[in-house]
Amino acid sequence: MQYAVSILLSGISLGGQYALIAIGYTMVYGILRLINFAHGDVFMVAGLMMVYLSASLPLMASLPLMLLLTVLLGFVIERAAYKPLRSAPRMSVMISAIGVSYLLQNLATYITGGLPQMYPSLPFLSESVTILGAPTKWVTVVTPVLVILLVLALTQLINRTKVGMAMRAVAKDFETSQLMGIKINSVISVTFIIGSFLAAVGSMLYFTNYPSIVPLSGALPGLRAFVAAVFGGIGSIPGAVIGAFLIGICESVIKGSDWSVFSDAFTFALLIVILVVKPTGLFGEKATDKV
Amino acid sequence: MLQQKSKKGAFLALVCVAALLALVVALENTLDPTKNILLFTSLKKGAVYALVAVSMNLLNGFTGLFSLGQAGFMLLGAYTYAILTIPVESRESVYYLYGGSAVKFSLPDLFGGADTVPGLVLGVLIALILAGCVAAAVAWLIGLPVLRLKSDYLAIATLGFGEIIRAIFQWDKLGPVTNGANALKNFPTFSSFNITNADGQVVFRLSTFVAFLIAAVCIALIVLLINSSYGRAFKAIREDEIAAEAMGVNLAKHKRLAFCVSSFFAGVGGGMFAMFANQAQAKTFTTAMTYEILLIVVIGGIGSVSGSAIAAFLYVAASEWWLRFLDAEMWVFGIKVPFLRTGFRMVVFSIIIMIVVLFFRQGLMGSRELPDLFRRRPRKSPRKAGEHNG
Repeated sequence: MQYAVSILLSGISLGGQYALIAIGYTMVYGILRLINFAHGDVFMVAGLMMVYLSASLPLMASLPLMLLLTVLLGFVIERAAYKPLRSAPRMSVMISAIGVSYLLQNLATYITGGLPQMYPSLPFLSESVTILGAPTKWVTVVTPVLVILLVLALTQLINRTKVGMAMRAVAKDFETSQLMGIKINSVISVTFIIGSFLAAVGSMLYFTNYPSIVPLSGALPGLRAFVAAVFGGIGSIPGAVIGAFLIGICESVIKGSDWSVFSDAFTFALLIVILVVKPTGLFGEKATDKV
Repeated sequence: MLQQKSKKGAFLALVCVAALLALVVALENTLDPTKNILLFTSLKKGAVYALVAVSMNLLNGFTGLFSLGQAGFMLLGAYTYAILTIPVESRESVYYLYGGSAVKFSLPDLFGGADTVPGLVLGVLIALILAGCVAAAVAWLIGLPVLRLKSDYLAIATLGFGEIIRAIFQWDKLGPVTNGANALKNFPTFSSFNITNADGQVVFRLSTFVAFLIAAVCIALIVLLINSSYGRAFKAIREDEIAAEAMGVNLAKHKRLAFCVSSFFAGVGGGMFAMFANQAQAKTFTTAMTYEILLIVVIGGIGSVSGSAIAAFLYVAASEWWLRFLDAEMWVFGIKVPFLRTGFRMVVFSIIIMIVVLFFRQGLMGSRELPDLFRRRPRKSPRKAGEHNG
């Protein structure tokens, strides 16, 4: 019982962290039809920034600064690497994203010297707590709550504000919304800013559970979060969140069994099955091909 | 008229490749290999990457199927090659964790052992072909569901497939076959092809030549395929699937063919990679490797075979050799040059790649081939023209 609770708890917390990354994927895909391969690396860079900032600044200063810098990074990546390719074929943009991911990983290797960096232990989040007899960290409890709050705020933003309406319009039809006077570039920038902000929050929660960060730490969580986004129906935010929780729990259960080598393989097998059986995912919109 | 021209072209290409191979043999036997170790490493790795990049280009550039499973197929090829060629007597030591191998034979041993010429040549050749066949067979199976997907979904599904393959090959239960997460080694490598005298001293070096020869033959086969009616059907699918279908191109059949052929050569390339690296280990065939090959294809020009081949050598030489000075500290006039330390090479390198991707979108060659550069005199010099297109 205690074991089951602890596995379930860690699955839910992992799922929440994936959800925060998956939202970034799904929003960018919804608007640009681009798989932002660099998103997982932005997540990793956010973690590294926290390591370096907290070494010299108090937590109250380093945490907001980390969020701000990550947002800035997301903004700069979009402006430098994706905006010049707006009219290029989709494959070029995807390749550019892969290039950015490669660059961020190499940059991180250069700055850290390839050594694993200790993640600072955050007050409160890293402290232990016992739930139903299963010892865990506070972060496990905080994550789902925080995720739900952030997602509610995000849906409000998208459904109630002007910029949210612009986002929905751009996601529906890129060119027509441009003709209607929507400033496409600023809408896309806002999308990347939101995505990077959520990834930064996610990285804080995720890396608290792990002792250290290496330059490749972002790649796998990024891919899993992407699978979650596809699972839920890419372009749909509630879908991404539900998909992420399911994948987090599945991963946690498999990691706790004898089949732990296959945790990633299972995630990707799930992806392939979903893509073949229901390519639009759980909540995705059905795309119609125009000839 | 056209027939004659293409015959002449084919003859010229053959002469050029033969000259290149002769040059490689000459280089290898005149230069001191210990002093020029980086040159020969780059050449061998470049040949392997050239083959894999061309095989990926066949899929991504010529058929328009954006697949990211290349590393997975290379892994299949590398393991098939290694498992089939490790000499029987060294199996005990390679598989020491699992008490010997489940595969009790070795192809070179069947033909008289890896020390004899027929054993080595036939054994390696058959093992490489089988490596390709295994990759192609798996590709056929994977292709049944996956090839129905469109563009980015196909990319993600094949990426996921690569990860699954890697997990399966690292599984403990398959240890007697795959050696679990440990490396397979002691199989014949490129260096085994160096001719030695009775004392074990090398008298004639052929290791780089063999790498080039296999890569050249495989790339020639791919070029023949691209220039056949199948190749034209592939290009039709790339340009417009619906129009191609209306013209009577069987989409499913041709996509499957392109996927299997591409995987076959990726498998052969994987076997060659194992020969180059002297070992086969699942953890080397990561997604990062697929990305590397994809970037080579992009740098060379999507849809250009010679572009991919040239870019492979440039890429490998730049990352392994030319930019190496960036990793060491340097002093100029008593002042330490800033930024230079381990890892800086890869940063500079990835910035160069980003510049190519963003500003020279056509890559080196665009969709043209090497002979096109000499054929007609365009207004500008041919190299410049390619850069302006981007």
